[in-house]
Amino acid sequence: MSRSFTPKVVTANALIKGDVIYLQSDGQWSRDLKCAELITDQARADDRLALGSADQSVVSGVYLMDANQGPDGPEPTHFRETFRTRGPSNYPHGKQVELSHV
Amino acid sequence: MYKYNDFDEAFVRTRVDQFRSQVARRIDGSLTEDEFKPLRLMNGLYLQLHAYMLRVAVPYGTLNSVQMKQLAYIADTYDKGYGHFTTRQNIQFNWPELKDVPDILEALADVEMHAIQTSGNTIRNVTADHFAGAAADEIEDPRPVAELLRQWSTDHPEFQFLPRKFKIAVTGATADRAVTRAHDIGLRMVRNAAGETGFEVIVGGGLGRTPMIGKVLSAFLPMADLLPYVEAVVSVWNILGRRDNKYKSRIKITVHEHGIEDISRRVEARFAEIRSSFSGIDQQMLRDIEGHFAPPVFKTISDAGYEAARLANPAFRSWCDTNLAAHKADGYAIVSISLKAHGATPGDATSDQMRVMADLAATYGHDELRVSHEQNIILPHVHKSDLPALYAALRQVGLATANIGLISDIIACPGMDYCALATARSIPIAQQIAERFDELKIEHDIGALKIKISGCINACGHHHVGHIGILGLDRAGVESYQITLGGDHTETAAVGERAGPGFSADDIIPAIERLVIGYLDLRADSEETFIETFRRLGIAPFKAVLYPQVNAHAA
Repeated sequence: MSRSFTPKVVTANALIKGDVIYLQSDGQWSRDLKCAELITDQARADDRLALGSADQSVVSGVYLMDANQGPDGPEPTHFRETFRTRGPSNYPHGKQVELSHV
Repeated sequence: MYKYNDFDEAFVRTRVDQFRSQVARRIDGSLTEDEFKPLRLMNGLYLQLHAYMLRVAVPYGTLNSVQMKQLAYIADTYDKGYGHFTTRQNIQFNWPELKDVPDILEALADVEMHAIQTSGNTIRNVTADHFAGAAADEIEDPRPVAELLRQWSTDHPEFQFLPRKFKIAVTGATADRAVTRAHDIGLRMVRNAAGETGFEVIVGGGLGRTPMIGKVLSAFLPMADLLPYVEAVVSVWNILGRRDNKYKSRIKITVHEHGIEDISRRVEARFAEIRSSFSGIDQQMLRDIEGHFAPPVFKTISDAGYEAARLANPAFRSWCDTNLAAHKADGYAIVSISLKAHGATPGDATSDQMRVMADLAATYGHDELRVSHEQNIILPHVHKSDLPALYAALRQVGLATANIGLISDIIACPGMDYCALATARSIPIAQQIAERFDELKIEHDIGALKIKISGCINACGHHHVGHIGILGLDRAGVESYQITLGGDHTETAAVGERAGPGFSADDIIPAIERLVIGYLDLRADSEETFIETFRRLGIAPFKAVLYPQVNAHAA
């Protein structure tokens, strides 16, 4: 068996707005990480990454990010991804103020 | 300043139309991201952490009031009401939507601006001394040459697929305010024994992963040889520069690997080959461009009101003492407007602030503004009698901070608050340092001190040449900040020395405080600046105050 798999979420930026989005289990994209599918094996990760990457007219920059299961859904494990869930720290811009309106 | 001719106008408009069509094809799915990416980068459009970012060129940092107001309009209409002025004298908008970018480029074209070659492996925006045309220590205004280089390098067919980006900086002054020794090519105007004006050509400087101070390739290059010589340099590197490894592709590595003598021989050979193809049309164009940069008609009136205001208002006096520089014309001053209010984001200006600065430039500043690589705005020509009114207007919009050249006048890249390449945040560190030293009320006592912060090894925040440099890194999933000491961005350029192990985000502010308080104890007298003390004593006593525990264990 290969090395243990670190759980992942497929993430990207929305094509028009450029904001951060996550792939849900139904193949739709969400702006909320909590709604994303947490992928727990490599085969599924490859499959979902391919699916997300094929969505060229909706997204750009698709990749797999590390995540953990939290009480309300997937949570980031690295600070870069934590920042992507909320926006910059110098102004109240981005998801930290916009997510509630989606 | 330079006024577009019909060719420039048509060129920029054509590019806007091309990009509009490319964006439409990306949105309708006819272009994939891989196909679109090089096209958007050619037009300064990046995809960052939370949004797109549009980098707009401010050639050699020069703007007029109409252009500054248009930037404010763009900020309000297509962004979140502000813009970020960068260390390359450009402005970045952090929140444009892809569908709006063609309209933004159109709005820029309306005021003779664009975003061409602000990204990609091309010759980037040519930067210049932000005091150009005003500085008392200047031989000549370097901007006509910068504009000639801009025209020559824009869409230059040989140089659209270079091994990597290529940056040129120009200065006409003795004091180097353009960091010429940390550019791919630095041009310093000099006079030869016959009194003729030419350039010292410095090549192979750069910061980033492998910081290098540039080497002199030509001690005196006649003005008329400038374009063919620069073309020869870029041409030699275009062939030799490594395309197998992007970390070794910049000309600094080429110069390092081949040696300056070998590069010099190759450049001379290439120069001999191409010199005759420059028939003199470039010099005719330069004469024409020089006409655009004729100095304003300076007023010759009394500045008596200025002295009276200085005496009457200590805050105004402090601002004057800190934010003014010597002008070549009697009765005039160069005004640096600080975009570094304590706790603010270095380099950011709101649309309201942009409009106020534009109006002040139109009213008091011969309609000229400059963006400095230190992320401030300069009004290069202000008569001293207008300074009290100017100061009062700046105060009303939070632009009267008296901290130019002081510890809170920090260069900081956007870092991981915005940038997709960053490994840690820069902005909050800059904000906290500025706020801390403002609380301590010792900023003016500390005196001249350059802190420069980068959020990754690419060094957009110039940390290598900060007296105190801070580099934000990702150490095992945690933000970590490494300190370098003794860097210098001026004519006595030096790369800073690493002080030791990095600090966490919580520990970096106390570390900087220890370091600076330590300097106050170490300096010979209140006149000795941080960098002078560092040069006199070396790094050891600074390390001792930075790492007291290590010191205690060793004792």
